[in-house]
Amino acid sequence: MSTRQFGQRVLRTEDPRLLRGEALFIDDFSLPDMLHVAIVRSMHAHAKLLRVDVSGARAHPGVTAVYAADDLGALMKPGPVLVPPPPIPGSTFNARTQTPLAKGKLRFVGEPIAVIVASSRYVAEDAAELVVVDADPIDAVVDLDAALAPNAPLVHDDLPSNLAAHVAQRRGDYAKAREAAACVIQRRFRYDRGAAAAIENRGVIANWDARTNELTVWDTTQAPIPVRNALASSFGLSESQVRVIAPYIGGGFGPKIMFYPEELLIPWIAMQLGRPIKWIEDRSENFVGTTQEREQIHDAEIAVDKDGRILGIRDSFLHDTGAYDPYGLTVPINAQCTLLGPYEVPAYESEFTVVFTNKTIVTPVRGAGRQHGVFVMERLLDFAARELGLTAVEIRRRNYIPPNAFPYNYEILYQDMAPLTYDSGNYQPALEQAIKLIEFDRFVEDQPKLRAEGRHLGIGIVSYVEGTGIGPYEGARVRVDPNGSVTLATGVGTQGQGHFTSFAQIVADQLGLAPTDVRVVTGDTREMHWGTGTFASRGAVVAGSATHAAAQRVRDKVVRLASELFEAAPDDIVLDGGRAYVRGSPSRAISLGELAQKANPLRGAVRPGTEPGLEATSYFGPERGSTANGVHAMVVEVDPETANVRILRYVVAHDCGNVINPLIVEGQIHGGVALGIGNAFYEKLSYDGNGQLTSASFMDYLLPTALEVPPIETVHIETPSPLNPLGMKGVGEAGAIPVAAAFAQAVESALARPGFEILEIPLSPSRLYELLEAVPQEPRAR
Amino acid sequence: MPNIKVQVNSKEYTRDVEPRLLLSDFLRHELGLTGTHVGCEHGVCGACTVLLGGEAVRSCLMLAVQADGQELTTVEGLAGSDGTLHPIQAAFREAHGLQCGFCTPGILLTLVPFLREHPKPNEDDIRHALSGNLCRCTGYHNIVAAARLAAEKMTSSKSA
Repeated sequence: MSTRQFGQRVLRTEDPRLLRGEALFIDDFSLPDMLHVAIVRSMHAHAKLLRVDVSGARAHPGVTAVYAADDLGALMKPGPVLVPPPPIPGSTFNARTQTPLAKGKLRFVGEPIAVIVASSRYVAEDAAELVVVDADPIDAVVDLDAALAPNAPLVHDDLPSNLAAHVAQRRGDYAKAREAAACVIQRRFRYDRGAAAAIENRGVIANWDARTNELTVWDTTQAPIPVRNALASSFGLSESQVRVIAPYIGGGFGPKIMFYPEELLIPWIAMQLGRPIKWIEDRSENFVGTTQEREQIHDAEIAVDKDGRILGIRDSFLHDTGAYDPYGLTVPINAQCTLLGPYEVPAYESEFTVVFTNKTIVTPVRGAGRQHGVFVMERLLDFAARELGLTAVEIRRRNYIPPNAFPYNYEILYQDMAPLTYDSGNYQPALEQAIKLIEFDRFVEDQPKLRAEGRHLGIGIVSYVEGTGIGPYEGARVRVDPNGSVTLATGVGTQGQGHFTSFAQIVADQLGLAPTDVRVVTGDTREMHWGTGTFASRGAVVAGSATHAAAQRVRDKVVRLASELFEAAPDDIVLDGGRAYVRGSPSRAISLGELAQKANPLRGAVRPGTEPGLEATSYFGPERGSTANGVHAMVVEVDPETANVRILRYVVAHDCGNVINPLIVEGQIHGGVALGIGNAFYEKLSYDGNGQLTSASFMDYLLPTALEVPPIETVHIETPSPLNPLGMKGVGEAGAIPVAAAFAQAVESALARPGFEILEIPLSPSRLYELLEAVPQEPRAR
Repeated sequence: MPNIKVQVNSKEYTRDVEPRLLLSDFLRHELGLTGTHVGCEHGVCGACTVLLGGEAVRSCLMLAVQADGQELTTVEGLAGSDGTLHPIQAAFREAHGLQCGFCTPGILLTLVPFLREHPKPNEDDIRHALSGNLCRCTGYHNIVAAARLAAEKMTSSKSA
């Protein structure tokens, strides 16, 4: 029997095509007679839209068509609420979603107003300049606190205020916990995030074939099946008439899960004009037209006893959803739930208010609100530890949920609408491994000596959990072809996570193959037409488990057929190297291809109930998500003169259950950490008072480069999940979640100035300098 | 429309082009060499990097007409005609130096002249060389490892 592939550092099967430049991304497709699109977008954050005059653009040579809201007919209705809010008693949710093009009012810079269709993108952009947008500006709603003031301008005039939602969840009795506390820490935290900034922007190509009545759409989506469903229902087509293909995608990170106006408009225009239509987003559109994550403001307090044990937490926060709220409450609920972390919190009172503002829509970006919650909790623990004279390590150690307490139920609802229950976990080992790897004790010894030499080094160490692998379900189909090739199709799209390899490993183990023998098809609705998409660190867990189940069923079919042919017991059949044989007689083998032919007879009779071929489709839906966890630690050096921070070491000890491919998992963590470093110190979406994004290019919005991201050392701890047969938990977002919390702790440790506290993210050298100026000068080194 | 003649990956092309056509769009949409990717169109991300006369340039910051009479290499020109990966490409696979693969062509082509001029680079050299290429997936960790591995492969094959 060949080596088990699950758990091996298998090199990726998709790489050669990507490395040779052969893999096809959205803008690499070209169809005969294709027309190109440019979109006219709002320059105003908030304005009355009086008139859109497209006559000049229509008359421009090379322009085929121009559409404004009035040209869309029945298409002009608000889009769907993609994620309905969980049924939390007493909560309010005001759903407001975008129409495909703006009409009557402009609500954010970047909102689409008109679509130009022309012979080339160059011509389309020329014509876009000729569209006259007559708009009467209104004061923009930008600041979260001001948005809820009684006389604030309204983003949606039909609502009494800018309140989009309000949710309160509680466990236990916080007031009692507070009374019993030896120490209560209360702070206001501001945590801002930014753009996903995938290096590939979005794009859509659509082709309507009037002869077959079939619509084919190529789309940079993380969720091809929901896009297919939405298009079919919008156009009155059956789902089998619409094929959505998510080709190779140049990074997703969350915002490509949305259903955007362009994803509806481009296919609709293709049907109107009977010609293939292509729209490729450019970077400046991406900064304003693609969803982001932004600020939450938390007023939080923690009550601890004299030993530093958490008695309770109270938190009330504001969440910026932007101009609309199509993604429901996923981001603030993630913040609310993930705040609890790996800790026992007997009493928790948390409420949040979601606020409409005149900014780009907020939907999940890698981490999806979890960062905000983790920052609040970890900072509260840091300040409580300081107050009680404990180390950052000790206060965490004292509060972990013990390994015998799982499943651990927090008695509040999570984003998947199931109770927030951790499936399994063992939190102490990650902390101890991180301490060991970063040489925590040695650092504590060395720090004063370095200080005496005038060097300001600091250490940060924090914990987090990540709810992953949520439902509802995914499917997979495995098939052996008569030529012996094995194909797996899943419905999830792929954006670089290595699905082609990880899923192939799972199939290979069942059928006795090498991963390179398995052809994996992802994100083509014709190949697998049930499913939901790639989000919430769920691909490996949910689609991986479905793949495992389908491959097992194909294995059963292969073994049954081979045992009949060889007149041997099924248990004696060995599958190896694409062949089946009876144990001990490998010379008398039959290939999988021959078995596939025999499983599909073209004449004669079969036993009633026989399914043709060696093929199986299986689905997997976990009862709830599985909870991964980890500890991040970093050593930084701060230059107090310039307030620049260099990260000298970065350590991640993490537990995502059983690992399919350590190489890929480490890569996921590295990338997450880099995104977290960007969030902590470099990336900021700066909106001015008029709601204009002033950092809308890579010159102003700084992604970390190879010089800012240090080498990242990783340790795997494997606590299997009981919720799926392979014991997996998700890992896609983990790396990005606790970075800013660790960064804040490390920078404080490096500077050690009384009264200096970091209560906000992102920082930057200039912002850190301002914060330092506001506290008294450091005392002489001890 | 101006007529230009370029040699790309050792093949000659003659085309009429609009003066404003970007070199990146020319390569991708006129010549069909879609391996060169476009990420920002303002010269920051480096995904569109190609070789012009052997040196790395950003094809989104050049016009096609500026390349008239010159010799270019794109990612399609790195592997052997039988598909055998160039040592840098092979190192990226071995070290898991790519995830979504979108920025990868630009990074490969940045490394070609860098490793030619710095056959034995240290980590700092590599990180500086890569600092003009943005990657959102890998955190650069394995890209740096891949560049080091590529340098080793190329020096040992030369000395062999």
